[in-house]
Amino acid sequence: MLYIKCPFCGMRSQNEFAYGGDASVKRPELNKDVSDKEWDDFVYNRKSLRGKHIELWHHVSGCRQWFKAQRDTATHEIFKTAMMNEEI
Amino acid sequence: MQKYSVFSLIKNAFSDHMNWEVAWKDPTPKKEYDVIIIGGGGHGLATAYYLAKEHKITNVAIIEKGWIGGGNVGRNTTIIRSNFMYDANGRFNEFGMDLWRNLSQELNFNVMFSPRGIINLAHSDAQMNAYARRGNSMRLNGIDAVLLGREEVKKYIPMADFSDDVRFPIFGGLMQPSAGTARHDAVAWGYARQADSMGVDIIQHCEVEGFNITNGKITGVRTSKGEIKAKKVGLCVAGSTNILAEKLNMTLPIETHCLQACVSEPVKPLLDGVVTFGAGHFYISQSDKGEMVMGGDLDGYNSYAQRGNLPTIQHVLTGGLALFPFLSRLKMLRTWGGIMDMSMDGSPIIDKTHIDGLYLNCGWCYGGFKSTPVSGWTFAHTIAQDKPHELNSELSLNRFSTGYLLDEKGIGTKTWIG
Repeated sequence: MLYIKCPFCGMRSQNEFAYGGDASVKRPELNKDVSDKEWDDFVYNRKSLRGKHIELWHHVSGCRQWFKAQRDTATHEIFKTAMMNEEI
Repeated sequence: MQKYSVFSLIKNAFSDHMNWEVAWKDPTPKKEYDVIIIGGGGHGLATAYYLAKEHKITNVAIIEKGWIGGGNVGRNTTIIRSNFMYDANGRFNEFGMDLWRNLSQELNFNVMFSPRGIINLAHSDAQMNAYARRGNSMRLNGIDAVLLGREEVKKYIPMADFSDDVRFPIFGGLMQPSAGTARHDAVAWGYARQADSMGVDIIQHCEVEGFNITNGKITGVRTSKGEIKAKKVGLCVAGSTNILAEKLNMTLPIETHCLQACVSEPVKPLLDGVVTFGAGHFYISQSDKGEMVMGGDLDGYNSYAQRGNLPTIQHVLTGGLALFPFLSRLKMLRTWGGIMDMSMDGSPIIDKTHIDGLYLNCGWCYGGFKSTPVSGWTFAHTIAQDKPHELNSELSLNRFSTGYLLDEKGIGTKTWIG
């Protein structure tokens, strides 16, 4: 069981959360020409790092807020969590 | 190589089984190979075997960071099937079914292929319609498919919950009678033994640390046992694909996730084939030892841990109990996890790369075991001929950027939901 610290509600069990994937993926800016490669990287290509990984979580059975977490993908240790508008 | 037979068994019994030949050698790496296969799992071993057998390329090394067969080929739930809707997946895996049927004889190693059928259960009219469509697509590709009604399903699995007041009543199911199971370890060992006898070097406990690339062409690999030159290198590393891709400065349409499975204590024969629950993530079969073998969902977040988390097992078995209430009285013997190379459309990739002489075999999601022979067969062809075989031409790396996806499940790029 993971325990995840929601930035709004505090420490809760994993059962209350849904995963949202890699948080480092950036949508291409739409006010300029976007190459196929950029779309490809945004939609499909992932680094899927072993080690520290910044990812999105959704406190779906709690405050329903999305937030960011930094977690180790090999040990599952969660180093920190932050609100979406904060740097992590 | 010593041939395995009832006569060799009797002969060796007289010397208390102390004089069997080793099944494969433990060589030190040569300075150079024609082909290096990274990853000594089922797919890597099969690739080396077919390189030697079909293409007469025997100056081949398999480099494995652990021991052969220690990854997903030793961790899966042994299901073999070809019940796919899309032509590319269906044809590819049906070719694999033909390889499976002859594999024990070909490898002189009993892989215990047991085609007892698979039933995907349906729990609504809409799901029955979808299965009718999938079954028709399968039959057009020459794959056997039978749409079963509720009463027909009851004949196969009378112990399932057929009462009317359940949340997901059984409407029927789609059956592939020729699907089945095999002994997973034997597949790895059988391929390893034959590949070794044809001159392939199986180098265990040797980790790849980097790649040597000159002018866009691969020239060798740097390993924990030193540099090894190679004209061609093939990657067959499943859950470690992203780690090696990082060393190659490549990002791939793949994410790595943990999938768990579990077995119960052994019981008397109860369940003949494989059954999947269509309303949740749960599937079950019974091993030859009598254990109920079960699995279901991914752990749900990126993971390189080859062990799982309890909430997922609980979730999977909750679905199992809804379908088979008798499971409540069985004790679980073991749970374990393996790391899956989840591709963004749920189908594998067997292709060349932009680096000359580097070939990619990945994206097997949680269905790699069933494709072990055909994956090896087509990957060996791709490496030997420097171009994909017709069977894997659509399992290309560029299908993502060009839009020719093979999204069998149609769930989009949230790989952890699949």
